[in-house]
Amino acid sequence: MSVQLDARPPVLPAPTTRSHRLSRFDTRYSPYLYITPFFLLFAVFGAYPLAYTFWVSLHDWDLLGTDHAFVGAENYTRLLADADFWHAVVNTLGIFVISTVPQLLAALWLANLLNRQLRARTGWRMAVLIPNVTSTAAVAIVFGVLFGREFGMVNWLLDLIGIDAVGWKSNRFASWVAISAMVDWRWTGYNALIFLAAMQAIPRDLYESAAIDGASRARQFWSITVPLLKPTIIFAVIISTIGGLQLFTEPRLFHSGTNPIRGGPLRESQTVTMYMFENAFAPHYNFGYGSAVAWLLFALIAIVAAVNVLIIRRLGGQTPGGRAAKGDLR
Amino acid sequence: MGATSRRRLAAVALVAATALLASTGCAGDDAAEDGPITLTVDVFGQFGYEELYKEYMASHPDVKIVERGTGGNLDEYSPKLTQWLAAGKGAGDVVAIEEGLLVEYKANPGNFVNLLDHGAAELKGNFLDWKWNGGLTADGKQLIGLGTDVGGMAMCYRKDLFAKAGLPTDRDAVSKLWPTWQDYITVGEKFKAANTGAAFLDAATNTFNTIVLQTAGNTTGYHYYDTGDNLVVDSNPAVKQAWDTTMDIIGSGLSGKYGAWSEEWVSAFKQAKFATIACPAWMTGVIEGNAGAAAKGKWDIAQVPGNGGNWGGSYLAVPKQSKHQAEAIELAKFLTSAKGQIGAFKAKGPLPSSPQALDDPAITGSTNAYFSDAPVGQIFAAGAKNLKPVYMGPKNQAVRTEVENAVRTVELGQRTPDQGWTDAVTNAKKAAAK
Repeated sequence: MSVQLDARPPVLPAPTTRSHRLSRFDTRYSPYLYITPFFLLFAVFGAYPLAYTFWVSLHDWDLLGTDHAFVGAENYTRLLADADFWHAVVNTLGIFVISTVPQLLAALWLANLLNRQLRARTGWRMAVLIPNVTSTAAVAIVFGVLFGREFGMVNWLLDLIGIDAVGWKSNRFASWVAISAMVDWRWTGYNALIFLAAMQAIPRDLYESAAIDGASRARQFWSITVPLLKPTIIFAVIISTIGGLQLFTEPRLFHSGTNPIRGGPLRESQTVTMYMFENAFAPHYNFGYGSAVAWLLFALIAIVAAVNVLIIRRLGGQTPGGRAAKGDLR
Repeated sequence: MGATSRRRLAAVALVAATALLASTGCAGDDAAEDGPITLTVDVFGQFGYEELYKEYMASHPDVKIVERGTGGNLDEYSPKLTQWLAAGKGAGDVVAIEEGLLVEYKANPGNFVNLLDHGAAELKGNFLDWKWNGGLTADGKQLIGLGTDVGGMAMCYRKDLFAKAGLPTDRDAVSKLWPTWQDYITVGEKFKAANTGAAFLDAATNTFNTIVLQTAGNTTGYHYYDTGDNLVVDSNPAVKQAWDTTMDIIGSGLSGKYGAWSEEWVSAFKQAKFATIACPAWMTGVIEGNAGAAAKGKWDIAQVPGNGGNWGGSYLAVPKQSKHQAEAIELAKFLTSAKGQIGAFKAKGPLPSSPQALDDPAITGSTNAYFSDAPVGQIFAAGAKNLKPVYMGPKNQAVRTEVENAVRTVELGQRTPDQGWTDAVTNAKKAAAK
């Protein structure tokens, strides 16, 4: 809007000149022109594949086959009755919950620490991001070895304190924990930096007046920092939801050996994306069914993201914005 | 979490998009015929072709050969190859196809050049009959692949662990210990009682697969599917018999439970954590690769319990998308010739599927230094010509996965043998219907 205002000439020149028409065209349409590249790219790489996947999901589509019979919603009806699919959904949600909740809490705590006066502050802030710049594949393989049943370091440590070896890859809950550890190791620092950026935008005087009123550090954190961080927390939750529900690389590489796409002999940690891959590619090569899984996953993410936003809104209290939060203190 | 995950969704969609682009013929043909052409060969595991490439390039100065995928895992190779074929782009000029995957490709033979149109018919005598037939489509009108190797069976064992357990170490004496699988279990129990700190065998799934292929080969001639492509997992006595024998092995506590082909399995090789492994000819190369130079001379090869059997073996095919089909066919013919198969066997141990090669003194007289100079030529080649192949149905790979997974759940104590069998049958039916 402000661009348009600035661009409008202060005095109207003669209405018929060519340059005038050009400039009016410019002011009216160039903003659209500037944002076109994004939408063009999105149309080619986002919207079109999305629509095409939907089209595929309505067919009996063998990946290598040449004729693909139209079957309508059959893939979807079969999928909704498919116990393995729902098993994968539960796995995905389970891993999502036990990875995201501690992760965001830890990130918040870490950001709070980094926001204080520390020596070599930039160094610390950069250090928390290091796990994020390592390759996911490398992380997953290393964790896969750490959590090995017989030769793994985690079981060795447990053995030292007298706990029996855990089948990290063949016990459903244990495998969720192991994969969550991987996800958290990688993403906690990243979220901490996002929270930190938002924390630095909170005016100092709020803390000062709270301190004068006698609020402790913890009280300041919960009554000033967290409420004012709410938009950022919502952002982090949505991004984590999208990522968490599409979790693939970590659980896939956590399992090695024959047919790792199952995520364990009883599909202990098979996520929805892995189930999609199993159906669309090896060993089933049923592209139609795999596409149906992709679309249901899309719906699932939309639902979970919406639920999360509602929950976060509730948790943060009904008060919109910081002024009310500041008022609460008084 | 954002960027990478969104890209993941996009990646799946991209495969679809690429497939469409390719099918509308966007792939431009570059006709740069001047310099030497490059032929790409896609393989997995160990095919042992390096020296053969050098020889071929020396006699064909206009051809340059690049190999991709050596040492890779079949489970990762198969979907990749399928995606390349579906996308109409990306596959090599010559591709290796494992027999279990080939049966699935036969449903859509249009992805491959019909080798019969290129003078392959006269090569029929160069292959064992069943191996040649395995490369043909059901109607016999198209030849998709030329055979490379077959998977004649033996039992590989660690001499040092056998000595520690007070068992004989000489290969003939060891072979005499286990004429049948029940005898194998008895030996295993003795081994276990000696408390060597190692398990008797690596993974029950490998042993199961060996037994089922052997039993089916000796009796019905098919395992999961009958020759009419009906799923017979629950009614084929060969499958149930192999299942029961495997359950006895698990029940006796002989398995080290190292998930086959996993990182732990590889570690267990290195740390000498098991004493025997069912050993198709191509497995010798895998053992050498996993156990490493330190274990040289500690392994040896004995007869497999039961009688014969075939596990695995591959074919070379030329995808239609290849831009140098004629040259690729020429190369595939060379690599699968008796001479090529002998070269591969000497390099990495895959057992030839050509009767001429199997009779060649270079094979019959060959020994393997890694396996204590075992006469591998005699051990494997002798039985190879009498191998009884097992018919594989359209969804063989998916069904096999389900049954082996059921074995694994019993091995890990997650299911009782009875529950495991019920799982195997129901899940196999479900997989076959997908």
